[in-house]
Amino acid sequence: MTTRFIGAALLGLALATPALADGTVNIYTTREPALIQPLLDSFTADTGIAAKVVFVKEGLAQRVETEGANSPADLLSVVDYGNLIELVDRGLTQPVDSAALNEAIPANLRDPAGNWFALSMRARVIYAAKDRVTDETLTYEDLADPRFKGEVCIRSGQHPYNTSLIAAMIAKDGVDATRTWLEGVKANLARKAGGGDRDVARDILANLCDVGIGNSYYVGLMRSGAGGEEQKAWGEAIRVILPTFKDKAGTHVNISGAAVAKNAPNRDNAVKLLEYLASEKAQEIYAKANFEYPVRPGVAADPIIAALGPLTVDPLPLTDIAKHRVEASELVDAVGFDG
Amino acid sequence: MQSASTAEAPPAAFNAAPSPVRRLLATDRRGFVFCLVVAGLALLPVAGLVSFAIGGGGRVWPSLIANVLPRAALTTATLLIGVALVAALVGIGTAFLVARCRFPGRSVFEWALLLPLAMPTYVMAYAWLDVIHPLGPLPTILRALLGIDDPRGLPLPELRSAGGAIFVIGLVLYPYVYLPVRALLLMRSAALGEAARTLGAGPLRIFFGVSLPTVWPAAALGLALVMLETLNDIGASEFLGIRTLTVAVYTTWTVRGSIEGASQIALAMLAIVVLVMALGRLARRNLPAQSGRTQRRTSERRLRPLGGSLAFGACALPILLGFGVPGSYLAGAALSRFMERGIPAGLLSAALNSVVLAGLTAAITVAAGLALAIAVRGARNPAVAPLAGVAGLGYAMPGTVLAVGLLVPVAALDNRIADLVRAMTGEAIGLVLIGSGAALLLALSLRFLTISARTLDAGLERISRSIDGAAQSLGASRRRIARDIHLPLLAPPLASAAILVFVDAMKELPATLLLRPLDFETLATSLYGEAARGTHEDGAMAALMIVLVGLAPVIALIRRR
Repeated sequence: MTTRFIGAALLGLALATPALADGTVNIYTTREPALIQPLLDSFTADTGIAAKVVFVKEGLAQRVETEGANSPADLLSVVDYGNLIELVDRGLTQPVDSAALNEAIPANLRDPAGNWFALSMRARVIYAAKDRVTDETLTYEDLADPRFKGEVCIRSGQHPYNTSLIAAMIAKDGVDATRTWLEGVKANLARKAGGGDRDVARDILANLCDVGIGNSYYVGLMRSGAGGEEQKAWGEAIRVILPTFKDKAGTHVNISGAAVAKNAPNRDNAVKLLEYLASEKAQEIYAKANFEYPVRPGVAADPIIAALGPLTVDPLPLTDIAKHRVEASELVDAVGFDG
Repeated sequence: MQSASTAEAPPAAFNAAPSPVRRLLATDRRGFVFCLVVAGLALLPVAGLVSFAIGGGGRVWPSLIANVLPRAALTTATLLIGVALVAALVGIGTAFLVARCRFPGRSVFEWALLLPLAMPTYVMAYAWLDVIHPLGPLPTILRALLGIDDPRGLPLPELRSAGGAIFVIGLVLYPYVYLPVRALLLMRSAALGEAARTLGAGPLRIFFGVSLPTVWPAAALGLALVMLETLNDIGASEFLGIRTLTVAVYTTWTVRGSIEGASQIALAMLAIVVLVMALGRLARRNLPAQSGRTQRRTSERRLRPLGGSLAFGACALPILLGFGVPGSYLAGAALSRFMERGIPAGLLSAALNSVVLAGLTAAITVAAGLALAIAVRGARNPAVAPLAGVAGLGYAMPGTVLAVGLLVPVAALDNRIADLVRAMTGEAIGLVLIGSGAALLLALSLRFLTISARTLDAGLERISRSIDGAAQSLGASRRRIARDIHLPLLAPPLASAAILVFVDAMKELPATLLLRPLDFETLATSLYGEAARGTHEDGAMAALMIVLVGLAPVIALIRRR
């Protein structure tokens, strides 16, 4: 009896295999569903193409790679430049030559060969206590300044948002200077490195620390009330400073982006989706719903984000940052940053 | 799995069975073949890991050995020992109280002590962090009572520490010890303890000298599961910033992009776990065989008011900390979300997916676990017991590692099938195994097979072998013995196994994330999606549903007895 039931259920599962129809596009993403769903819903409404998603946090590259020639993946959407490059390096992408994309996305935010495209940007900014920190400007290096002893809050040094920032510093100043800086920041920690970026703002409100690092879009999520009244108070407790490195060149940003999978069964739909994601309409959703910086020139950031001040992007090429990612991660361990 | 055939000599009645029976046993290949197949399946992910591991050089090791592994090993050991102590203390202590003493509230505690099992560790970690954050409810109330304005004026224990992780994980896992120990106590008489008492031994001496050795086999079974679960935990330890070996595997893979290095560490960890488990089995061999006689409940001690209040407190505390506090926090967060936005889209389909997936996993693991346990019990072939041990490997490695390892062989097979179909029909069917969820179901079944096999093995142990011998001498076939004798006697452990696996599969996250088909969300994955975005309050409803769906069977299980 039981075995018969299991057999039937398995058969049912097997029959439920999604058909590779013309009217679909399959997205493998490391982006949280809530961030990407509004964009996909709007795409489906406009084109009639059904979008199927699987949100894979870790191992997206492994999954596509092992799935091989018959993989249903059409579009690979990831956060962090390093992850995009990994997809290209493993040969999991294919070049796309689209006039619409080349026009919409600045040249430094896409692969010259068309293997990847950035779709949104986020800045790594400093959250400072409104009522306790008087500085109008700060550099990333300032976080290691002894005057902030016992006052710094930050998430794990191993988090990609932080390893990317550390890699940028290695690219600029070398490993030794970066190690000294990391040790300085560690000596300034008010609590163990951990939690998320929003916890930094909450801990500033709780007077556990005075300064910390977080991503720009969290400020929008908190201050807009999207996360509830409680989070509004966290967002209001901080002053946001767009920092630079000590060379004053600009603020460290990271990207989210996408690539068309090498074996995409619905390649044309994948390109259509990419073009849609770079369109004005979608770029506005990125800005309004997710509080990210649009990559398309002429699309304004959300007012909450625009109010943080004009963003000057650090001109250090993303490729230089990617080169030092592993070094940065190893440095975090060597310093024992996460305690 | 404990091999029954080596643990004790067959009873006399069995030896006296006529020789045709022996021949029948000696020629019974079905059990052996079944064990071989399951062991082969369990080795698939290991093969996948090996294929990754040999593809990489040793690049990751120097920095890991210099900066990470020694500390991670120490942290992991601290966590394992701490959680085991908490689980043993709470699990054994409460089991004794509810099984051997009468005090107010006992009938509720009997089932309520299982409630924390329904809490995923990562949810517990979120909830407790929020509850004791300086702006959270507990410190705010405390400060108001003490008249302190500045949050810094009231230092609180840091949950983001090894101690915090031990607290959180231990509270979720102690039911793994409580459940088998209580079951054993209900089946065994307290006569030994009574005898010791009449001889003038004090309560402590009775507990450590008589009672504890009696329940140790059951407790050891529970503790083995607790330690493997702890080793598997990534959600809570990562969230609490605990750098365990499992976290090191993750970091090597996800931050440094080295699946090869991660596989190498994972295999090294697996080797250590297997070694420890093998040593544990050797140690268990030397335990005296348990007598299989079951008794009716005897000699409960009615506690006096003071003892009764203490017992009440001791049972209420783990339920309050492990379920009451995080549960009411979740309910509050879920309610406020619900008021603001109603039921999130997709939550109900995620719940349905969770129930179907966990239900199928439970059905498969219970059926396979039963077949394994029976095969081991009747085995004359010395290879069967080790094979059954190999079949349980899936539980001895972190869920993600299992899933990644399984990806390789499953995807290869999937591609073969797709190419074959294309060659025959010209149709492109895509990847059937991964696309249908069969790969995910296989991963979860391999992962939780041990839980059901061990539970059923322990249940079979209690059925006297002379029954088998008697039935066989009357000409009953092995199949008939299994169907008409073992199965009815096994109803309680079957229910336990099914429920333990069901609840665990409901909570499972890493393998589900990696192997699920397109457009397939479970409660755990949607909760994780919100948590990863930093909006775990949005996931409160999903978390609450995991808890509620996990609870119903737990309560049903206990109340039926």
